[in-house]
Amino acid sequence: MGDNLDSGFDLRFGRAGWFCLLDEETGETSFYENDSAEASHGAGTRAVEKLMELGATKVISGDFGPKAKELLEKFKIQMVVLSDDSRSIADIIDSIK
Amino acid sequence: MPRRKTLRRVVAPPGFRGYKPYGNQYGRKKHVDLLYEEYEAIKLADYDFMTHLEASKLMGVSRATFARVYESARRKIAKALVETREIKSVFGNASLDHSWFECIECHARFNIPDNRTEQKCPICKSDHIQSLKDQ
Repeated sequence: MGDNLDSGFDLRFGRAGWFCLLDEETGETSFYENDSAEASHGAGTRAVEKLMELGATKVISGDFGPKAKELLEKFKIQMVVLSDDSRSIADIIDSIK
Repeated sequence: MPRRKTLRRVVAPPGFRGYKPYGNQYGRKKHVDLLYEEYEAIKLADYDFMTHLEASKLMGVSRATFARVYESARRKIAKALVETREIKSVFGNASLDHSWFECIECHARFNIPDNRTEQKCPICKSDHIQSLKDQ
């Protein structure tokens, strides 16, 4: 829900304001703004396209819409659903390491 | 601690995130959460015209449990219609008929695509995971 590590974790996928990209080898993070967060339709699909561009192999979100789910399955990107929303991005990254 | 709920098998999640009433004269009200398994129960019983027994076998629960899920689904839909509330589809206690898993340690739910071989939780790296399908 923001562009730094202390930001809260947005439970929405396609309509999340920002995506945090984590390099699992170096532990580096970078933030990308989601241009289609406010789009009237196709936000999930465009978010998947963005992830493909960034070369992500895993996605963590609160939930995935039907279209995003189908695409992510097709492109063999691993989906992770975290249903508790209270943690910040930094906490989630800490638990991955 | 109460007994954990058996996950209800859902073949396909609903193709919508929600339904909204329009032209209603009262302001916004809290939405009704329709669980995936409730949607599935309505679909099997009232759209595919299955008996409760057949439907319960498909969802991997007992007939009585199916009847309860179905009852709850009908009541929620009735509530939404009468009280002009929005319906939202929520994951609930469903297990999707794909390769989905749940981590026993951190309760993250995730899928393992064919190109991955490790059977580990992507979050906490624990190998204490269970398939949502087997339950």
